[in-house]
Amino acid sequence: MSENKTPRRDFIKLATMTLGGVGAASLAIPFITSMNPGKDTLALASTEIDLSPLKEGQSLTVIWRGKPVFIKHRTQKEITEAKNTDLNDLIDIEDDADRVQNDKWLVVLGVCTHLGCVPLGQKTSDIKGEYGGWFCPCHGSHYDTSGRIRKGPAPKNLPVPPYVFLNESRIKIG
Amino acid sequence: MRGLFILALSLLSLNTFAAGSKIDIPKYDWSWKGFFGTYDRASAQRGLKVYREVCAGCHSMDLIAYRNLADLGFSEAHIKAIAAEYLIPDGPNDEGEMFEREAIPSDRFANPYPNVQAARAANNGAYPPDLSLIVKARPKGADYLKALLLGYVEAPADKEVPEGQYYNKYMDGNLIAMPSPLSEGIVDYDDGTEATMDQMATDVTTFLAWAAEPSLEDRKRIGLKVILFLFVLLVLAYISKQQIWRDIK
Amino acid sequence: MSSNDPQGYKKTLNSPYTGFKGWIDSRLPLVRMMEAEYLKFPVPKSLNYFWSFGGIAMFCLIGLILTGIFLGFHYKPSADEAFDSVERIMRDVNFGWLIRYLHANLVSFFFIATFIHIFRALYFGSYKAPRELVYLFGLTMFVLMMGTAFLGYTLPWGQMSYWGATVITNLFSAIPFVGDAILKLLLGDFNVGDSTINRFYVLHWLLAFAIVGLVVFHVITLHMTGSNNPTGSEPQSWDETVSFHPYVTIKDLNATIFFFIILAFVLFYYPNILGHSDNYIRANPMVTPAHIVPEWYFLPFYAILRAIPDKLGGVLAMFGSIAALGLLPWLDTSKVRSCLFRPVWRICVLLFAINFLVLMYMGGKPAEGIYVLISRIGTAYWFLFIFVLAPLVGFLETPRQPLSITNYLQSKKA
Repeated sequence: MSENKTPRRDFIKLATMTLGGVGAASLAIPFITSMNPGKDTLALASTEIDLSPLKEGQSLTVIWRGKPVFIKHRTQKEITEAKNTDLNDLIDIEDDADRVQNDKWLVVLGVCTHLGCVPLGQKTSDIKGEYGGWFCPCHGSHYDTSGRIRKGPAPKNLPVPPYVFLNESRIKIG
Repeated sequence: MRGLFILALSLLSLNTFAAGSKIDIPKYDWSWKGFFGTYDRASAQRGLKVYREVCAGCHSMDLIAYRNLADLGFSEAHIKAIAAEYLIPDGPNDEGEMFEREAIPSDRFANPYPNVQAARAANNGAYPPDLSLIVKARPKGADYLKALLLGYVEAPADKEVPEGQYYNKYMDGNLIAMPSPLSEGIVDYDDGTEATMDQMATDVTTFLAWAAEPSLEDRKRIGLKVILFLFVLLVLAYISKQQIWRDIK
Repeated sequence: MSSNDPQGYKKTLNSPYTGFKGWIDSRLPLVRMMEAEYLKFPVPKSLNYFWSFGGIAMFCLIGLILTGIFLGFHYKPSADEAFDSVERIMRDVNFGWLIRYLHANLVSFFFIATFIHIFRALYFGSYKAPRELVYLFGLTMFVLMMGTAFLGYTLPWGQMSYWGATVITNLFSAIPFVGDAILKLLLGDFNVGDSTINRFYVLHWLLAFAIVGLVVFHVITLHMTGSNNPTGSEPQSWDETVSFHPYVTIKDLNATIFFFIILAFVLFYYPNILGHSDNYIRANPMVTPAHIVPEWYFLPFYAILRAIPDKLGGVLAMFGSIAALGLLPWLDTSKVRSCLFRPVWRICVLLFAINFLVLMYMGGKPAEGIYVLISRIGTAYWFLFIFVLAPLVGFLETPRQPLSITNYLQSKKA
């Protein structure tokens, strides 16, 4: 008698256990996703900046996702310097054209790629390093007017955050 | 059966008995009631307009951000435009000064007063409560709110109404410091709906109900799935139990 | 074991398992413990669904701790931030509303399960020898549960949180001479404030884990004596028992799913029905709500508190009502456990349960007129039941001869 009953018995038990397992696993989803950034945090994940008050040669530091972003209104001289650099002189080879959307505006993350210090060079009075861009005082990394690493221990160029120009003088970072 | 269950539940939530209010609040029909109810978007959008043009002069909604309006079907551009109509305090800037700027979608609704004291001072000492949670913060929430908005009637002859107070048949004690906020046609609806008292009261209550419980629709949708799932699991577990216990006894 | 061969003694402890199971088990005897206590553990086969509520309560506790941990990731225990951080959980944290509503409603269902569990212990005499310690650990957990629930209810920092905390902590000022000093020590301030919410948060966690610790003792003591059953008779042979798994596990699973369907219904469609609307108003130390009402599960004890016209007396009666329950194993003089065979005591226990519900109703009413009178009668019955009826009925009543488990099951079939 048990011969022909056993399979059905096992099937129901197996189905119960499987469904119970699926339920328990689905229950984990809301708990785990609750640890992701909340809607309020995500709403601050992109920042819009009005560039119109920034005159040629001036820089602006804005905070984006808790990190400083350098926005530089480059002078013609700085643009030319960045454009005319021999790529073979670079540590982390990248053309200036790949780093800007509009030659006048350089937007980079202001975090040194060595150990995460914030480089100097935003204020007119700051030391800008040997290449006229930024200088990291922690371990002496020099960045050029395209935010590329030229000298010192940092391995990479200052990263470019994702951004779009909403119009001539307004950008949205993130 | 469901009615019986709700009755048992409300018996369990004995603290409702303590409310002790003897005023009968009418029951209205709301779009978000029931198992599948959702907020009537058009009504809530009109309600936002009522709030902005009538309530927002005195009542803050400091838990709601402009970005939340996307829930009600507003486009991103529309939300930006709405936010930009308000100035909110910010700062300090690089010179150490506080300043005002146009609101952006991630900002909370602009507050009509800089602080509670200012709000009291401007309203004869009565603080106009924040409306973010008002529907959940009052017994009978939405029904009470709509009734209150429509409850301004002539005071009975024997009731003395002091200066700065108004008679409302649904307010506890019948005296309220807020003058009747609505009047026929006080709002000009964009969608051409006629702005009757009842319409405006319904709309603004719908908007405030959404503001108090924006997760209601998600909740009901997920709840249905969870309960159905548990029922199926119960059936399987019951058959398993019968099979396991078959040989016992 | 041979006394001159210590290795031989150790060998008797060697695991019967092989492979990885054996490797673990001969170092940490978890596998054989689980098998002995949760797989093969013999349980009377006459258990009814009342016996599932201990397991249900345990699932509620696990759920509360789990939701509590994830709420703790976002909650901020300070007077300025608490209310807003809870609203942030409700609005901005992914599924935050679900986790918070679960936490809030699970408490209520934890209490429902516990009340039924305690009623079962009273009705079927589970508190009587040799299970006194099981019962006492259980009652201690119940007290800690109430403490944890009270502390937790202050955390959202709404009006009812604030004023509930104010009223209940003020009970301590009833203690003669040192009351005010204790109150100050408890609050870390002169009234309920920022320091209070901070420490209440820590204590809320601490007590929750203390309950988990006591669960372990509750279960160890239970497994020493074995489960009681509706007859109150101990199993006389293996035939009268079933193994814990799969017989009890599948039964408890059924009961748990059914219980959680009801929970899900409340959680997803009426999540605030067991709460108070005033708690959606930010705490305001300058304005007291018209009626301060504790959560529903405290109402019977709140009724006892208010039934006594004296402040200290009320506090003593309230705490005493639970402490007195702890004396029941020794005050009940009957040799028979189960109410099935004790006609008079059965009425007393059922009246006690009804009285509990009546007190619950009275606790939600304003303390005036007829409500106070009924509360007093209810309070009197509570203590009468424990101190007079338990010894007296046990002594005077002629119980029926308890059926054996086998005969009981046969008579149920017939």
